[in-house]
Amino acid sequence: MSADKHEFVDGDLLRSIEQSGVGFRVATTVLGLTVLTAWVLFSRQILEGLGVTGLNQPVAWGFYIVNFVFFIGISHAGTLISAILRLSQAEWRRPITRMAEVITVVVLAIGAFHPVLDLGRPERALNIFTAGRLQSPLLWDVSSISAYFMASTVYLYIPMIPDIAILRDRGVRPRWLYSFLAWGWQGTPRQQAVLGRAVNIMMVLVIPIAVSVHTVISYIFAMTLQPGWHSTIFGPYFVVGAIFSGIAALLMVMIVLRRIFRLERYLKQIHFDYLSRLLLIMALLWFYFTFSEYLTAFFGHEPAEMRVFYYKVSGPYAPFFWGMVVCNFLVPVLILAFRRTRTIPGIFVASLTVVVGMWLERLNIVVPSLANPRSGLPTGYYLPSVVEWGMFAGGIATFILGFVLFARFFPLISLWEIQEGRELSVAETAARLETYLPDPPAAAPAEEASP
Amino acid sequence: MSRWGMAIDLDRCTGCGSCMAACHQENNLTAVGPSEAALDRVFHWLRVLPEVSEAHAEVTVTYTPQLCVQCDKPPCVRVCPVHATYLSDEGIVAQIYARCIGCRYCMAACPYNAKVFNWYEPQWPGQLQAKANPDVSLRYKGVVEKCTFCHHRVLKAREDAALAGRGLRDGDVSTACEDSCPAKAIVFGDLDDPASRVSRLARSPRASRHHEDLGTEPKVYHLARKE
Repeated sequence: MSADKHEFVDGDLLRSIEQSGVGFRVATTVLGLTVLTAWVLFSRQILEGLGVTGLNQPVAWGFYIVNFVFFIGISHAGTLISAILRLSQAEWRRPITRMAEVITVVVLAIGAFHPVLDLGRPERALNIFTAGRLQSPLLWDVSSISAYFMASTVYLYIPMIPDIAILRDRGVRPRWLYSFLAWGWQGTPRQQAVLGRAVNIMMVLVIPIAVSVHTVISYIFAMTLQPGWHSTIFGPYFVVGAIFSGIAALLMVMIVLRRIFRLERYLKQIHFDYLSRLLLIMALLWFYFTFSEYLTAFFGHEPAEMRVFYYKVSGPYAPFFWGMVVCNFLVPVLILAFRRTRTIPGIFVASLTVVVGMWLERLNIVVPSLANPRSGLPTGYYLPSVVEWGMFAGGIATFILGFVLFARFFPLISLWEIQEGRELSVAETAARLETYLPDPPAAAPAEEASP
Repeated sequence: MSRWGMAIDLDRCTGCGSCMAACHQENNLTAVGPSEAALDRVFHWLRVLPEVSEAHAEVTVTYTPQLCVQCDKPPCVRVCPVHATYLSDEGIVAQIYARCIGCRYCMAACPYNAKVFNWYEPQWPGQLQAKANPDVSLRYKGVVEKCTFCHHRVLKAREDAALAGRGLRDGDVSTACEDSCPAKAIVFGDLDDPASRVSRLARSPRASRHHEDLGTEPKVYHLARKE
């Protein structure tokens, strides 16, 4: 993987880094201002108290926890999908993995900050370390998410080293950044062996951590006795939902970036086709889990459970509940099941509805259970305030800003992995396919095998 | 060691609400005002829940005082990430305001909705500030709080008994809600003492505890109404 070849073949991937234009400045300004507004709102919340939200006595958790679960769910796009594709030696992964991993790191940072937004006294957040109770599911969360953040950051960074070295060698500014991050990469055989090994270790390590993250988030709810939450299916249900929304987010990011940075040469129809099939499978799996979850609640007919059930199915949350079913099941399945509608605009629409639908699912899980307490209190209600909407907008703006900044300084598609695919993988894959084929008959003499 | 409990005779309860008022006075609860109350941020450690039932064209309203039931197996203690809420040796579920981070996980986990949160800095309008009970610490915004079974009164009664050179007797400790109840519907005492009034009431066939089926083992008994 010598640097010279890239300059000719994949030089277009470096365009956004080497010549950043007006678009970059406008985007960072707009997004930066949105993020700043969110911080102003947060400082108001710190000064005045959580009263500036729409939270109240039965509904003590709202948008912050909904968005926490939602963002962490999106973060499963990346690392998990990239690791699984790498592990299964899916060759079509090469132009996708980097974007997927960036989603994870950026969204995870946003999601992990949400519980802090939700604290009544955020300045005491470190009590979790000085006085933490490992018996509390919140502590499981803290451990699991910090492990995931570490692992996915390392897993993003390690395969970036050869690409950063290319930027360093081309003298791209800021030079100190690239020479620092390239870590003395020269592409020697020994360095390549170490890199390959590190990537292999990380990809295996990251899968169980990723699964644990959303399982443990579901445990926050499932470990309580509240109707609608106390369910054994919640762990796998949340993991499936997380991967589901993650793939949808990845597809959206791919389609948008392909358009902006003209990556049509790299992200081809086949990539979208394969990923959208995966999305279709997850939509069916999601429906299966949802159906099992609600049927169990309904058939048992326990009064407390039924109150939550009817609140969602025919009560005040019916628009959100049925909206969720339409967005997560009907629309994506109808679009993705047919080849005629499985076009790139079609996939974009399906992914967008899935992301919206998964957000609605988180809302449907958090609020109705709290609004219908067992204790006999009248049914509560929850209306998010401007502050909560502002923080939501700030979270989304931070996500886009993260991508804009990443695309400004680093290649969005792994240069060396594409090159490796061209140079080595065709032969490797052919050789691997040979090994799948049945052996020649064992007893047959050598003369007969070659006529 | 005592194991504090309470019995509430619903047959005696008239729903007058004096227990709520007394609790507010005694424990320096914030006065949130009508605008906050309209947002479902009513602030009580003890609430009197009205229940309207209609049968044969007759409307009946019954009242159930509800407060923290001081579970022996409290779901809120189990989920707290920082040990800010705990079960004391005498069976009172307590809150450490100085440690609480305000995550409200205990509120989400409590099947009795017994906990309340300080959404804003607490206020004591008018003369309430000057009338604060010095035995009970004031809280501040961003922390969860709850009924303490008038723990400060337990401490005081124990000191008084020690000065008199004797142990605690049944009736030495009374909670503010118990004192204020004109119908004497509330009885507080030691459940470990089989002769105490609360123990006898707890053994009554009319006695039951809210959501016993959840296995939380509450220590507040409600005595059913007589027909």
